[in-house]
This record gives sequence, C-alpha cells and structure tokens, in this order.
Amino acid sequence: MEITNYLGLAVILFAIGATTVLLRRNAIVVFMGVELMLNATNLAFVTFARIHGDVTGQVLAFFVMVVAAAEVVVGLAIIITIFRSRRSASVDDVNLLHS
Amino acid sequence: MDTQTTMQTLSLAPWLVATPMIGALVLLVAGRRTDRWGHWLGVLASAATFVVGLVMLLDMLGTPADQRVGTHTVGTWIDSGPLHVDLGFQVDPLSMTFVMLVTFVGTLIHVYSVAYMDHDVDRRRFFGYLNLFVAAMLLLVLADSYLLLFVGWEGVGLASFLLIGFWDGKRENAVAGKKAFVMNRVGDMGLIVAMMLLLATFGSVRFADVLPAAGEGATAAGQATMTAIGLMLLLAACGKSAQLPLQAWLGDAMAGPTPVSALIHAATMVTAGVYLLVRSGPILEAAPDAQLVVAIVGALTLLFGAVVGTAKDDIKKALAASTMSQIGYMMLAAGLGPIGYAFAIFHLLTHGFFKAGLFLGAGSVMHAMDEDVNMRRFGGLARLLPVTAITMGLGWLAILGVPPFSGFWSKDKIIEAAFVGEGWRPWVFGLAALLGAGITAYYMSRLFFMTFAGRRRWRPDEGAGDDGAPVRHPHESPRLMTWPMIVLAAGSVFLGGFLALGDRFVTWLEPVTGHAEHHEPVLPVWLLMTLTLVLVVLGALLAFRQFAVAAVPVEPPPAPAVVRAARVDLYQDAVNESLVMRPGQYLTRALVYSDRTAVDGGWLGLAGGIGRLGARLRRMQNGYVRTYAATMLGGLGVVGLVVWVLAS
Repeated sequence: MEITNYLGLAVILFAIGATTVLLRRNAIVVFMGVELMLNATNLAFVTFARIHGDVTGQVLAFFVMVVAAAEVVVGLAIIITIFRSRRSASVDDVNLLHS
Repeated sequence: MDTQTTMQTLSLAPWLVATPMIGALVLLVAGRRTDRWGHWLGVLASAATFVVGLVMLLDMLGTPADQRVGTHTVGTWIDSGPLHVDLGFQVDPLSMTFVMLVTFVGTLIHVYSVAYMDHDVDRRRFFGYLNLFVAAMLLLVLADSYLLLFVGWEGVGLASFLLIGFWDGKRENAVAGKKAFVMNRVGDMGLIVAMMLLLATFGSVRFADVLPAAGEGATAAGQATMTAIGLMLLLAACGKSAQLPLQAWLGDAMAGPTPVSALIHAATMVTAGVYLLVRSGPILEAAPDAQLVVAIVGALTLLFGAVVGTAKDDIKKALAASTMSQIGYMMLAAGLGPIGYAFAIFHLLTHGFFKAGLFLGAGSVMHAMDEDVNMRRFGGLARLLPVTAITMGLGWLAILGVPPFSGFWSKDKIIEAAFVGEGWRPWVFGLAALLGAGITAYYMSRLFFMTFAGRRRWRPDEGAGDDGAPVRHPHESPRLMTWPMIVLAAGSVFLGGFLALGDRFVTWLEPVTGHAEHHEPVLPVWLLMTLTLVLVVLGALLAFRQFAVAAVPVEPPPAPAVVRAARVDLYQDAVNESLVMRPGQYLTRALVYSDRTAVDGGWLGLAGGIGRLGARLRRMQNGYVRTYAATMLGGLGVVGLVVWVLAS
C-alpha cells in the first residue's frame, strides 16, 4: 500500500474540515470542522515521520493533541457561555466586533 | 557730524522734525485728556517749527552761496554689511524752501482749523494728524538719503489717508481714503524699485553719493539702468502728485476736511513728487528718455486737470482738478532739465500760497453755506462774504497769471521755458502750457463767478417764494479763519514778484539745481507773454459771459460729449476699473481658483483617496468569523503558492 495515500487522505480530511468551518453556522459543527483539520494535520505529520524515519513528526502530533484538548475545553466553554447569553449557537450572530 | 558748510544752526535740523512729532505724540497718546487745549498745542508745535525754520533760513541767508549745502548726521540708522544708511538731514536752499512753505502755510492752516473744526468732537485728533503730517513732510524734504525720504514719504501718505477719511462715519469718505492709499502704494512701489536699482548700481542711497555719481555720466551704470531709475522715480512722483496715470485719487481726496485739502492736497504733500524729481535732477539728466517722459506726463496732466476743472460743479473738486493741472506745470518744468528746476519749485511755492488761500476760501464759503459744495447753488455771495471774496479774488488773479500777481511770475517762466529747445518739443510742450493757461483762466473764473457773482441760487429766508432753492444764511467766517486767508492772499499778491525780482529765487536755488544757461525760446518772449495774457483774458471773459452775466442753471444742462466726459473726470475711474481693477480681480480670482483646484485639490484629492481606500478596507472587517476564516485560508493558499513557485 502506497504511503502517499495517507497524505491524500490527510488532504481530503483537511478539505472537509475547512469546508465545514467555512460553510456551517452552528458553532459546535464549526468546532468539529476545526478538530477534523487538526487531525488531518496530525495524520500528515505522522505520515511524514514515517517517510523520513524521523520521530519529530510524531512528537509534534502529540503536541497538537495536547493543544487541541486544551482548545476544546476553552472553546466549548466559550460556546456555552455565548449560547447562554444569546440563545444561539450561530457564529454569524457573534459579530459585535464589526464596526 | 556736519559737512561742507559754515552754517551755525545746522544742528537745529532734527528739531524741525521732532517738534511737530512731539506735538502729534502728545495729542494722539494722551487722548481725550488734551481735548480742551489740544488744538492750541497743535498750533504751537507748528508755529515753533516755523520759528526754528526761520532761524535756520536767516542763518543760511547770512552764509555765502557756496557754503549753503550741508548735511547734519545724527547717527547711524542702518549698518548691515555693504549697506550703511545714516540718520542724516540735508540742509540746503531747496529743502529750506520746502521747510518754510510747509511750516508757514501749515501754521496758518492750523490756526484756520481751530475755528473751522470748532464744532467737531474730534478736533484734538485732527490736530494730532496735522502735526504728524507736518513732521513727516519735513522729514521727507530734509532727509539726506532716498531711504530716509521714503520714511517721510510713507508718513505723509499715512497722514493723508487718516485725514481724508477723518469723517469716516460716512462710508464714501472712508472709501476715498482707501482709494488714495492704494493708488499711492502703486507709486511707492516705484520708489522702492528705484532705491533697489540705486543700491545695485551705486551701492548707496545717499544723495551725496548717488547724485554726483549719476551726474558724472552714466558710464558705469549704463543708459538702460539710468532710464529705469528715472522712470521708477517718475512713477513714485505720479502716485504722490496725482499725475497721469495715477491721478484718480485726488478728486476723491476732497472728502477730507477743507483745511486738509488746502494743506495736504494742494500746497504741500502733492508737490512731494516735484520735489523728488528736482532733487533727483542729475539722475534724470543722465536719462534723457525718462526726462522726456516726465515732461510728457506733466503736459498731459496739466491739460487733463484743466479740462476736468471746466466741468466740475463741486467747488472743492474743481480746485482739486486745478491742483492736478498746476502740478502738471511743475512736472513739465521738472522734465525740461536744469532750466526748468528752479521754475518748477518757484511755481510750487507760489501755488502753495494761492491754492491754499483758494481752498481756505472755499472752506469759508462752505462754512457760510451749510457745508454745501455745489457751486450751482451758490451765486451772489460777494457782498455777504467780503473778506472771503476779496482773498479768493486775489488768489484767483494769482492762479490766472495776471501780472503782477504771484502766479504770473512763476507760470509765465514755465511757459517760456517750455518753448525752449529744438525740434518738435518746444512746440508741443509750449503750446500745451499756453493752452493750459487759457483753460485755467476759464475754469478758475467760472469757479469765482459762479460762487460770488451772478444771481443768488439760494434763498435768504423761508418767505421769499418757494422756488425749490435751499435756504441759507451766509455769514462771514470768524477772524481766526479770515486772517490766515488774508495772509495767504498777501502772499499770492506779493511773493512771486518779490522773489522774481533780479532772479532772486533762481539764484537762491542755484547751489542745488546748478546754474542753468539762459536759452532763447523759439518765439520771442514778448510774444509769448502777450499770447498768454490774451488767452487768459479770453478765458476769463468767456467765463464772465457764461457764469456772471447769463443765468447759471441749477441743474447741469445737457452738454456735448466732451463736457459730459469732463464731468466724470474724463472717465478716469471707468478706465482704471476696466484696465486695472477688473483684470486684477480676474487675475486674483484665477489664482485663487487654481490654488483651490490644483494645489488644494491635489492634496485634498490624495487625502480623500486614502480615506476612501480606508473605508473600502474597513468593510472587510465585517465581524463574521467565517469571513475571517476564509481570509486566513485564502492567505494560506497564497503563501503556499508563493513557496511552491519559489521552490520550483
């Protein structure tokens, strides 16, 4: 099995994640898209680590997981807070910084 | 530091300027506190100046003729590298002549003004300005350099402006003051440019340095430079002396109180241009072209003023036109070269007396007629104002040039000098001067007869039938007004003959103007004299028939185009307006427009463009998270593309 297929999968996953982030309004779903992109990146890291026989990529994947875990905690907390105050989880409703 | 002379009283010269200046400062700075006695202080300052001048004159008369030119330096005024100007006073027969004229006539007019301005709440301020004028005028004639002369030149301009607009409660008076000031500025530019040229050419503006250098020939300077200097000096003289083409302000200047018209706009200030040209004689002689232009300007103005004078119904404006014409005579004489200088100053002196007397007489008539100036509403005043009528009558005979009155001795000499020369010049200038004498006789007689002779065109009381004529109660003026008029009338009668006998005045001025060779005119002298007298008598008789024998209509009758033109000053204001004012306004408007559109427009456009760009960019910050995410993705794509292009 070609090792580059993993990279193709990573690109597809990333594209799906990015599309989700750009097109969906629901904050939870957008969040899922972000997670998907992070994991696609992880897959790419690991694949490259395997190709080059270098563990740096694997280590970086761990870092990404840790940061992603922390990000999930903070992000979900923000989403819930916004939902509580605005009765909506749509990202388009959160545009108070505009002008 | 005194030079060249054995005169004892040279160091008094600064006091001639300082005395009236102190008077002006006290009156203007101390303000209303001096209201009660301020006018007498003004008279005193002027009289004291006259006494100082008289002492110096007597001293000068006791000095040999070759010792009479001196300078008195008080100190350094400007010391800036190559430019060194002293605060120095030029004392010589020419400046002393002016000192005597200004202080003597000035003092008489001060006395006259005490009564004339009696009912004016601002009489003290008026005397402050008069003293300021005397101080500035004396500085003008006593300065030993063009730069110091310029200070006096501007000073008299300021005093003239303040006094023309003295009754500035009325808008037209203030406008007249402004008009005089602005037109004078045009002339002042000429003097400034002339000084620059003198500095560049001779490295000095002192008379003592410049005039001998110019007299030694224009070898170093070049003919063109000398002509330019001469023409610029002429421009300055035209502005101050109301000569063509800067003559339009003088008629309007009559808006000032009548003593001002007598002192400033007839006897002294307006003659400053003649003084400047006579003083600069060597420069003009080095520039024959400029000298010719001076004579042409003089000849044109003497005819211009005379023609305007024939049609004016305002007694003061008729006299103003006459002043312009008489100064034209002086300019003509100044443009004739050394043979004319002495006669120019001589006529200036006699004119100072008889014209001041005529103006004071006009003031007295106005006083009697409730400040009316329209001669068509005068008439038959001789019996009611005997002193005024007699003094004005003597002034009238003097300006006509009837022998043996003052004007005869000076004007006849100018006509004679104008006929001297070769080619076309003596004929043109001489005939212009001759013709001017005839017209002068006509318009001055018209003025005299319309005022004092003929039928009354006013009513002495209400009862005498209502024919629309205004009610007047003419009465002779108080003694304070009549005495100055009497003294000036005496001057109009005797001064000319006294100074002309044995060529006294010409000899007196010789240390300054140089000795002029006697030249024979192209026509014999007796013929010229006879022609002049015949023309004068004809002019006077014509005026007598029209304005003393025939009834004078109270409204200006319909008249041919020439008279209509003369009534509006030969369209001088229309010409100035269309040739100078309107194009000037268009020019400034065009400049303002181009400044707004090109300069301002460019920078405002740039600023506006950046502002609009900012507004456009700001719209990208719409607050939608997904837009930001898309931007980031797009940016990532761009970065990736760049990296890929660079790597491959």
